[in-house]
Parts: sequence; C-alpha cells; structure tokens
Amino acid sequence: MSHLLEVRHVTKKFGGLTANSDISFNVNENEILSVIGPNGAGKSTLFKMISSFLPTTTGEVLFRGERISNLKPHVVARKGVVRTFQETTIFKSMTVRESIIVAQHLRARASLAGYFWGTKTAHEDVDSFGQYADDLIEFLGMAEIANEQASNLPQGNLRALGIAIGLATDPKVLLLDEPFAGMNHDETMKMVNLVRKVRDDRGVTVLLVEHDMPAVMNISDRIVVLNFGEMIAEGTPTEIQNNEKVIEAYLGSADDEIGI
Amino acid sequence: MPKLSIIQWASLAVFLLAIFIAVPGFIAASGRSDLYYTLTSVALLSIASAGVWLTFYIGRINIGQGAFALIGAYVSAILVTKAGMSFWLSLPLAGLFAAGVAIVIGVPILRLRGVYFAMISLVLTQVVTLTALALPITNGAKGITSIPLPGGVSILGLTLIPDFATLENPRLAFYYAACVLMVLTFAAMYRLVNSRLGHLCRSMQQNEELASSIGVNISHIRVIVFSISSFLGGIGGAVFGSIAQSVYPSSFQVADSVNFMLNCFLGGLGYVFGPMLGTLVLYFGWDLLFELGRFQLLAYSSLLIILMLFLPNGLLSLRLPGKKGADK
Repeated sequence: MSHLLEVRHVTKKFGGLTANSDISFNVNENEILSVIGPNGAGKSTLFKMISSFLPTTTGEVLFRGERISNLKPHVVARKGVVRTFQETTIFKSMTVRESIIVAQHLRARASLAGYFWGTKTAHEDVDSFGQYADDLIEFLGMAEIANEQASNLPQGNLRALGIAIGLATDPKVLLLDEPFAGMNHDETMKMVNLVRKVRDDRGVTVLLVEHDMPAVMNISDRIVVLNFGEMIAEGTPTEIQNNEKVIEAYLGSADDEIGI
Repeated sequence: MPKLSIIQWASLAVFLLAIFIAVPGFIAASGRSDLYYTLTSVALLSIASAGVWLTFYIGRINIGQGAFALIGAYVSAILVTKAGMSFWLSLPLAGLFAAGVAIVIGVPILRLRGVYFAMISLVLTQVVTLTALALPITNGAKGITSIPLPGGVSILGLTLIPDFATLENPRLAFYYAACVLMVLTFAAMYRLVNSRLGHLCRSMQQNEELASSIGVNISHIRVIVFSISSFLGGIGGAVFGSIAQSVYPSSFQVADSVNFMLNCFLGGLGYVFGPMLGTLVLYFGWDLLFELGRFQLLAYSSLLIILMLFLPNGLLSLRLPGKKGADK
C-alpha cells in the first residue's frame, strides 16, 4: 500500500544537539495522525521539516513518492502540503474574507500582469476567489466574523482563521501546529469537530502536532509519540494508551495528562 | 479590481484640472514662473518616492532610491549625448536599466529585513556616486554637461511632443511632462496596489512566513517590487537630468535618498497617494521656513518629529478620520 506522506529516517541536529533522531512513519490518505510528546521532544522541529520550513540534516520526507523536504515552503505548498501556524501568525490588518482571498494564490490562473491590466481570466479569477471564500466561510461557520479585521478577533477565532487560510490553498495534506493549545474544554471540542469536518467533507489528510492528550486521543486515527527527539511509539489511541514506553515517558505528571 | 466611485472620479477630475489648467493659469497671472521649477521637481520627486513607498508596502525600508535616480539620470544623459538618442526613448531605457540593476542587487540584499535592509540600502547611493566618479563613461567629477533639451516626437507628420529647444517656455513644457508622468505613475500604482500583486505585497508586509506557507514565492515578489520601485527612481532621475541639462555624481546624494523615504512617511505609508502629498509638503515646507535663516533646519526637523509623533500614519490619515486606511 502506498502512503500519502512518508517520513523516512529524518534526523535534525542543531550543532551538538540532536532534535530529531531517525524518525520514520507514514501518513495514509484521509487519516488524522497526531504527533505527541512531552515538551522538548522535537515535535515542532519535525513539523517544520515536513513543511520545509527547516532543512533536514539527514533523511527525507516524501509526498506521493516525491521528495518535499529541503525545498522552499512555497514549493511544498504548491504540491499540496500546507501548514498552519499558531494564532499570532496571521495577516493582522486584513479581514477574514480578505485573508482567505489572498490565500487562494495557488488557484490563480491569470499572471500578475494579467491582474494589473484586468484581463478576462483575471476577472474570472477574482470572481471565483470571492465565491470560494464565501463557500469556505460558510463551511467553517465564520459568516459573522467574515468582515472583521484579524487583529480584532479573539484567540479561538484566530485558530479557525489559520485553518481557513490553510484550507483556502486547497491542500491535500494540512499540517496543524498545536491547534488546541491554550483552549478550554468547549473550545477544544469545537476545534476537534472542525478538524474532523475538514477531513470528512473536504477529503483533507491531517497531520497535527499537539500536547493536549484528551483531544489527541479523541481525534486521531493514529498517533506517533516522540520523546527526547526519538520516536518511541506508533499506533492507534488505544495502543498508545497501553504502551509502556509512553507511560514511562509521561510518568509522574503523566497519568492525568494522557487521560488514562 | 474595485471600480471608482463617483466621488473618486470627481476628485480625480478636480485634481487633473488643478494641475493642468489652474496651476499654469495662476502662475501666468501672478508671474511667478519660478514656481514651475519647484512644482516640476515635486512631481518628479514624487515619482521616485512612489517607488520607495512600494518597497515599504512589502515591509522593506528603502533608503537607496537616490542610487537609482542617479543611475537613471546617467543612463539617459549618456544615451542622449553619446548615442544621440531621443530623450523620450532614453527615458524608459533609463528606467529599465535601473530596474535591471535593482534585480541584480536585490536578489542578495532583499533577504534582509528591517534595519539590516535599511542600512544596506543606505550605502547604495554612496556606491553609485563613487562608481560615477570612477568610470570613464560618466566623465568622473566633471559629470555630463550641456545635455540637449528633449527633442520632438511626431508620428506620420503629427507632432505628439514638440521640440523643447524651440519652445518659448520650456519650463512649462517640463512641468506638463512631469505632471503627465506623475499622473501615469500614480494611476499605475493605484491599479497595482488594488490588483493581486498589491494583495500579495500586503500579505508579505504583514507576515512573510505565512505568505510563503500559502504558496507565495516571496523572494520572487520582493525582486519584482524592488525593480518596479527602482524603475520609478530611474525615470524620476532621468527627467531631472534633462531639466538641469547636466548630471554630476552629486546630483543625488544620501540626503536625497533619505528625503524620498521621508516623503513616504509624511504622506502616509498606508495610502497610495501618500508620497505625492508628502513630497509636496516636505518640499514647500523647507522653502517656507527659509525666512528663519540659520534656524531653518532646526525648525524643519522639529516639525517633522512632531508630525511623526502625532500622525504616525501620515498626513493622509487626517483626511479620513475614523475611516480605516489601506493599512494599520
């Protein structure tokens, strides 16, 4: 069986420090896979390497058999692997709708000069951007805040905006960076449902990095666990909950954090 | 691509009437023909400032426009004096040459952000000045002098542009030419800012990482924008050289580069027409303070500081109280 995304023996060293050591796992089409681990386990580094925001030291990441590591971020986005950021990374002075329109860059058919002169293709593009933005806003239930400037939005909405910007690129794989961080139970549940809906209705494969255990257990099809830069387990939520190495890694503060 | 509202069309008409009919009428009536030179300078400087404004729009502080104005002035002067080319043909070539230089320089330096880019760009003017002093083709410190006035352009016997040398009042001709160029520049800028490239610039100004995550080739767009900016600098400089009929290595200095940037700040970085207003106010502001003699610079600088403290978004933010600008 071929996998949509393959992480192959990825290692990252910063000077003498090994942030990720020989990590390998696969992501299947239409799956929600979470990468978890205690603080400093190397989750964010791995996340950045998959989206080519950081080069790997050795190893590679493949998307549909094509290497996507050690490229430029926009090239990876063009192939259909798009990351989101935590809430502070937004277009501050754009409204929700404007952000979504800008984010449809990859759907543009006219050239930049075409937009300047206002060619027919450009006009069609502009119409289609608006239409698509409205559809997406409707889909994400953001109609009420569509014309609100991003800098005025509360934190919970900013996360959704981040996902909206990512979705506007029409990705095959969406990489979510700690989508539940700092959220209360209700907000987390809303976000869990939103991410599921993105997968179910849009056919987007989701890879997320997170340390909110209950949410991860709830949402994931499969989980990859990192500790001190090494991959210590991979499996379904039930398998992970019963994995001795994982319990050991989280020992002490662990029991309630894992949610078992 | 937004359509202009009736109010916008009306203000455009008023503006065009003012610069093309009212101002020449006023000057003829009052006999203050020295104003032509001043206003022509304002128009040309605002073209170069518009370029600087565009680099601000991708979040780069550009203090190097003097370099490209100087390049433009030299290219046009050399083409006209040494190759006998018509000034009107040398003008776009001067702009294109400046844009080409900007691409070569821009690829490495546009990776820098914030104060680092600003510092590098500050050096550019000095580099071009020193290059002009050293090269044989630019005639070193003696510069290029006695540049002929722009010749005429006619197609099929129809005179589009008269020969400036035969005109009774070449100053008026230069004034018209500069105004036409300024109007074209700002029309194009308005169009650009409201087109996809403008949206992408805004997205990069606000967050380059996020912009690249949605598939925008940010280094590509940065170079495009910087070359457009320098094209405008080259055009402004070329016409200046033609009016003065001479170009020296000191024709544009670091102080001019700083002024181009100040024009943008003063007018408002969030408004396409900011550099135009900024240039007008800054140029006339300096002249009006002439009466103060040795306190001129002190008063001028203090006023600028006060303006920036109280109107950080520029003069145009006054015009639209409570209304959101294009930025901030």
